[in-house]
Amino acid sequence: MSDTVPPASSAQPTSSAQPTPPTSPARSASSAPPASSASSAASGGARAAVTRAEYCVIACAEAWRGDGEVLASPMGLVPSLGARLARATFAPDLLLTDGEAMLIGADGSPEGWLPYRQHLALVTGGRRHVMMGASQLDRFGNQNISCVGDWRRPARQLLGVRGGPVNTLNNPVSYWIPRHSARVFVEKVDLIGGVGYDSAAAAGPTATRFHRLPRVVSNLGVFDFATPDHSMRLASLHPGVTVEEVVAATGFELVLPDEVPYTREPSPAELDLIRGALDPRGLRDREVGD
Amino acid sequence: MGDKTMTADEAVARLESGMTLGIGGWGSRRKPMALVRALLRSPVTDLTVVSYGGPDVGMLAAAGRIRRLVAPFATLDSIPLEPHFRAARESGSLDLTEIDEAMFMWGLRAAAHRLPFLPVRAGLGSDVMRVNPGLRTVTSPYADGSTGAYETFVAMPALRLDAALVHVNRADRAGNGQYLGPDPYFDDLFCEAAGTAYLSCERLVDTAELTKAAPPQTLLVKRLHVSGVVEAPGGAHFTSCAPDHERDEAFQRLYASLPWAEFAERFLTGDEQAYRTAVRTWHEETRDRRGEDRP
Repeated sequence: MSDTVPPASSAQPTSSAQPTPPTSPARSASSAPPASSASSAASGGARAAVTRAEYCVIACAEAWRGDGEVLASPMGLVPSLGARLARATFAPDLLLTDGEAMLIGADGSPEGWLPYRQHLALVTGGRRHVMMGASQLDRFGNQNISCVGDWRRPARQLLGVRGGPVNTLNNPVSYWIPRHSARVFVEKVDLIGGVGYDSAAAAGPTATRFHRLPRVVSNLGVFDFATPDHSMRLASLHPGVTVEEVVAATGFELVLPDEVPYTREPSPAELDLIRGALDPRGLRDREVGD
Repeated sequence: MGDKTMTADEAVARLESGMTLGIGGWGSRRKPMALVRALLRSPVTDLTVVSYGGPDVGMLAAAGRIRRLVAPFATLDSIPLEPHFRAARESGSLDLTEIDEAMFMWGLRAAAHRLPFLPVRAGLGSDVMRVNPGLRTVTSPYADGSTGAYETFVAMPALRLDAALVHVNRADRAGNGQYLGPDPYFDDLFCEAAGTAYLSCERLVDTAELTKAAPPQTLLVKRLHVSGVVEAPGGAHFTSCAPDHERDEAFQRLYASLPWAEFAERFLTGDEQAYRTAVRTWHEETRDRRGEDRP
C-alpha cells in the first residue's frame, strides 16, 4: 500500500527533476559506450566500476528529488536504498518508515509513529510519494499485482490490488521493475489495480485531480509519461544498455526521443554511501536482473 | 462487569454457518489463529470472511469454509503469496470481493458509525469497479472550495460484520483488550463494525494490571464490544505478536510448503494444546536433523 505531494508540485512536469546527463547517445546501439568506460570516468579510478544495481539505486533516488517534506514509501530493496540515499544527500526532508509502524530518522532511531490506519489517512492527504512494484505495467502506467489471466478464475493469483487504487488517485506513484521484460511491460494489464493515465482520464476529474506517475525505473532504464497522450517514454538508459535491448524487452511501442540520455553517474560520495552505510552486504545485486 | 472468559471452542460455538466474520490483524501479523484453529475444529462453514488476509484466509479457504472473501490482499509478508488462497482462487472455488486497502478501512468505518456508505477517492479508474459491479458512486452536494466542481466519489458500502475475531497481547475478564506492539492494525474497528466480538489474548490480567506499566492509549478494545474473552498464549502463532513473540518463520515456511492435507493431519487434528505440542515436536525434530547434518 503504502504515498503524495501537494497539488502545487504535482502540476510540475515530471522531467524537471532529471539532471542533465553528461552524454546523450543517439538511438543506435552502436553509439552507446560500454558501462565500464562511463563508470570508471566518474568513480575516480580507486573505486570499482559502477554496477547496474547502483545505477538503479541512483535512478530510484532521483524519483524523490524535489518532493520536500513528504513520506517516501519504497517497495523493494533497491527503491529503499534509493529513498535512503536521497534523504542522506539531496532530499534531507523526506520521511521514512522502518517497514512497520515507526518513522525513523537517518540514524535509525524513531522520530514518529505511523501505524497502518494513519498511513492510509496520509495517502489521501497526499503528502507521500510511493514507489510500488508491478507484475504487469502498460504503456499508460496501469499496474497489476492482483492476478494473471481472467480475474474470475485466474491462471495465477498474485497479491490482490492492495493499495494501488487509492495510491494512484491520491499521491504520486512511481514504479520499480527489477527485471524488465515483455511479460511485465505489456500492451494491456489483466487487471488494473494502480490506475494509469488513460484510465484516470476516462474515469473523470475526481480520478485525475491528484493523479501523477512521475517515473518508472527498471533494470534497463528510466521511463516517464511526459508525452502529449501520456504514453510511456524512454527517459534514460542505464549505461551499458542499448535502446534496442529496451525495445526488445518491452511489449508495447515505447516513445523514443531522438536523443536518449544516460542515467546519471553516482557521485563518489553517493557510491561510498551505497556500498558502505546503506548496503554493505551488496544485497542490491540480487534484486536486479542483468 | 461480567466475567466473559470462555474457551476458544465455546467462542466459536456461538458462531453460525453463513455468518459474515471479520478477522483482525494484518497479513501474517497478530492474527487470532487460536480462534481460527477452533473454527476449523467446528462445523461452522459457508462464511463470508472480511480480512486484511493472511494465513487465517489461507487455512479457512483450504478447509473449504469460505463462501466469499472480502479482502484487498492475502499474504504471509515474508512469503509474499499465500499458497492456499492462491490455490482456492486458481481452482475457482473462492468468490472474491476484491477491494482496495483504504476502501476496506472505510467500509469498516461506515459500519462502525452505522452509515450505509462513506465517499472515497479510490476505486475510480481501476478494475475494482469492474469486478465489483455493485459498487455505486455518489456526487458531492457541495462545490469544491478551490475548483468549484461537484466531485463524484465511490460510495464504499458499510462492511457490517456479524462477529469479529481479534487477538491482542493482554485483556481483562470483562473484555478490555490491550495491544503492546507497534501497530494496533484495525482490531478496534473490526470490533466496532461487528454485532459482537471475541477477543483472544496472550495473557489474561486483572483490570488494574493493564495500565500499571503501559500508557492508556494501549487500551485498544473496549469491553462493550466484546462478548467473549479467550486466554490463548501463543494464540497468534505462527503469525507475529510483538512484543510477546515474533513470527515463527520456520514454521510458516513449513505451512507454505506442505500440502494442506498433510499439514492439517499433523497439526490440526487435536485441540490447541495438541497443536502447541505438535509444533514443539516439529521444532525439536528440525533442530535434531540440523544437528545431525552438521559436519
